[in-house]
Amino acid sequence: MTAMDAALESPAAPAQRESMLRLFAEQFLTSRLAVLGLALLVLFLCLAIFAPWIVPQNPFDIGKLNIMDSKLPPGSASSSGAMTHWLGTDGQARDVFSAILYGLRISLVVGLVSVSAAFAIGATVGLISAYFGGRIDALLMRIVDIQLSFPAILVALVLLAVLGKGVDKVIYALVAVQWAYFARAARGAAIVERNKEYVQAARCMSLSWQRILWRHIFPNCIPPLMVIATIDLAHAIALEATLSFLGVGVPVTEPSLGMLISNGFEFMMSGAYWIAFYPGIALALVVVAINLVGDHLRDILNPRNEI
Amino acid sequence: MQTRAPSSSDNCLLDVQGLRTWFHTRAGVIKAVDGVSLQVKPGEILGLVGESGSGKTVTGFSLMNLVDKPGRIRADRLFFDGRDLQALSAKEYRALRGNEMAMIFQDPMMTLNPTLRVDTQMIETVRAHEPVSRRAARARSIDMLVKVGIPAPEERMGVYPHHLSGGMRQRIAIAMALLNSPKLIIADEPTTALDVTIQGQILYEVQKLCREMGTALIWITHDLAIVSGLADRLAVMYAGRIVESAPTADIVRGARHAYTHGLMASIPTFDTRGRNLFQIPGSTPSPLNMPAGCPFRTRCYRASPQCVEAPVFEEAAPEHGVSCWHPGVEA
Amino acid sequence: MTALVFAALYLVGDPVSMLASPEATEAERELIRQSLGLNLPLWRQYLIFLNKALVHLDFGNSFLTGEPAIRLILERMPATLELATVAMLMAVLIGVPLGIYAGLKPEDFGARSVMTGSVLGFSLPNFWVGLMLIMVFAVFLHWLPAGGRGPLQPFGPIQLSVFSWDGWRSLILPVSTIAVAKCALIIRVTRAATRECLPLDYIKFARARGLSEARVLGVHLLKNIMIPIVTIAGLEYGQVFAFAVVTETVFSWPGMGKLLIDSIITLDRPVVVAYLMLTVVFLSLLNLVVDVIYTVLDPRVQTKAGA
Repeated sequence: MTAMDAALESPAAPAQRESMLRLFAEQFLTSRLAVLGLALLVLFLCLAIFAPWIVPQNPFDIGKLNIMDSKLPPGSASSSGAMTHWLGTDGQARDVFSAILYGLRISLVVGLVSVSAAFAIGATVGLISAYFGGRIDALLMRIVDIQLSFPAILVALVLLAVLGKGVDKVIYALVAVQWAYFARAARGAAIVERNKEYVQAARCMSLSWQRILWRHIFPNCIPPLMVIATIDLAHAIALEATLSFLGVGVPVTEPSLGMLISNGFEFMMSGAYWIAFYPGIALALVVVAINLVGDHLRDILNPRNEI
Repeated sequence: MQTRAPSSSDNCLLDVQGLRTWFHTRAGVIKAVDGVSLQVKPGEILGLVGESGSGKTVTGFSLMNLVDKPGRIRADRLFFDGRDLQALSAKEYRALRGNEMAMIFQDPMMTLNPTLRVDTQMIETVRAHEPVSRRAARARSIDMLVKVGIPAPEERMGVYPHHLSGGMRQRIAIAMALLNSPKLIIADEPTTALDVTIQGQILYEVQKLCREMGTALIWITHDLAIVSGLADRLAVMYAGRIVESAPTADIVRGARHAYTHGLMASIPTFDTRGRNLFQIPGSTPSPLNMPAGCPFRTRCYRASPQCVEAPVFEEAAPEHGVSCWHPGVEA
Repeated sequence: MTALVFAALYLVGDPVSMLASPEATEAERELIRQSLGLNLPLWRQYLIFLNKALVHLDFGNSFLTGEPAIRLILERMPATLELATVAMLMAVLIGVPLGIYAGLKPEDFGARSVMTGSVLGFSLPNFWVGLMLIMVFAVFLHWLPAGGRGPLQPFGPIQLSVFSWDGWRSLILPVSTIAVAKCALIIRVTRAATRECLPLDYIKFARARGLSEARVLGVHLLKNIMIPIVTIAGLEYGQVFAFAVVTETVFSWPGMGKLLIDSIITLDRPVVVAYLMLTVVFLSLLNLVVDVIYTVLDPRVQTKAGA
């Protein structure tokens, strides 16, 4: 391997990357809303990760639940006097606050896993499509277009009807709905990169296409993909909540925030609004926080794209 | 509020003294127009000459009050037809625009709205200022199209702008400017985007129409050669200021400012055939970084230590104003 | 496409177990199976389906009610149509002026709030917005009903509820739920288009001719930005139609969407298949209509037609 090969193969010098990170951080801090969103997100993440240690009550431990405590309004003490239900209890005497934290876990896990998987699959398809062009490109993008012309919720509904209930099934459905966005964006970015000189130089070196694709083209495609990933995370969480709300999402044993809201829906008219209200607020905050961050990211990384 | 001020300059249609249009941006204050004084008599054709960035287009916009934020227009005197333009309300100014003072832009491809038909755009120009019927406005528009030399005007009325060539579109723009018989037309490089042959035609026709209708004209351009055949007077702009202003013949025979000399010398003529073209050394200073005093100082072969002070615009000869410490005819 | 859907749906789940009472004997179940044609091999079922569907437009009868699936869906379509159309109209009528305002003076506090509001608008999950609206207007204030459709009056071949004040009272909450997200999108599109169009020469020229600001914005600007707006609004209409599923569930609105969810849960396959077929046809038609409208609106696209 000549010196040129080595130079081409080694990733960008770390010193350069650090200053780029700093530049990025500076730009990010210009929007107070986005910083707020990020702070909220971090808070939620911590709450979710440390949930088992924070919650006053484990909502899934049926033995610990006292049916006398059900439908207590926010701020009331439990009958055993051991704790205060800051956000009230639901129909099965579960502490709403604890349920929210556990529900947050499920919602976040489903969202993050599905987006990561969709990212991986979509980016791969998009990059391959852009690199090889021709008929492979036409075929793959045809599939992507057909997929994208369908409203996401319909696709998810049908898939879930076929697959049934379960957290993993929901993740599959979400991945199936989202990968197309990543594929389209990755292809777009890769096509721009493909025509640049460093790719042609790499080709001259007879580097294998996998190498060129992954170590050279892909890193330059990351910024727009990151924007899509962030916004998609919000969509995924919202979509999962919607599906669970409709009754076709996660099972009752592992309630996400959407399922909690669904459970609380029936109690709304009879006055026990808090059972649906607080999980709803939590969900809204998470989604809005992610969108604020993603929106600002888009302004930084894609200045021409105003929508 | 209309004030008819006693004009010290007799018989002037447009009297501008000390026009300053500054853009207050985050990077600093851009003094696009910094002390411009112009006078145009009724029916007179004034050529405003300058290179890109000299502020000539902004001058035109300033007269029409079409400068966008963060620009602000101020002047010691800004009188049109005896009225103080700076005292006009937005509504009054709008009544003035397109009516007594009209403007023609540079790029005919972008001037007309691509989604509206020609007749819509012409009729609305008439009806914005006079309560006439659509039919009457239409008739007037067709007449004007004939005057600017468009064949088969009735057909042209019903088409969309993208069906027409650049020359046609510019003629329509000129027709639109003339529709309400304005007293003054400001033409911002109207032929720069057109073919050379069409340029000549349009120049001739505009001159003819202005003479016929008694309309005064300010023709803004960077091309001294073109405008010297057209204009009665010339005003040369550099870096936001007027450096020389005189009847065309005076300037052609004997320009007094070093910059004007440079411009005249750069025109390739029959005599300069086969020789190296003359160039003014250096380039226009950035508007954020103007040299103190005379802005041409850094490129001028006559520059002296005195030029650090801004020269005053004075009459070096009857009707011939120059802004230079060393005016003179010799090169 | 149809084969895929068909196979997927039919391979999963056993509708007989849902339809037959738990005490039914095996012989009784077999009877039901036979009457529904489920005992035939899959490929035969598919062929029968295709034949009936394409030749006779008969998508089979609902497993649940025995009525033709197509009729069930068409019966409920006007309700969804009403919801979708009113919602889209509302979104456009509110969104376009707000978007123009935001594009005209982007630095204004009002404009910035509108943009932040729009982020909220499209990030909040649809059903959450619906829930909040119900809580505020139905539960707390008792101004509006929490669900159901208002009194109907005939309008040609279909029945609509828009003609009565009571009808509007039931209509306004679900319509607002849908409109919030679409309005946010339209605001963003309008703002972007306005910001692109305003600095162009023909706007300046219009002002130079002394035209009133109302005319400059209302005619010159509007005609140019309507093109992308109508295109997007048209495409979103299709999405609204599909997404009505969620809103109809929250507000118990008797439309196609609710039918779909119920059918999925009860594994009433003919209805699901019929719904999907209809959706495909509808979306394709919609895309076609949007394309046609685009050529009508933008005179530059008609190149050779009668210049």
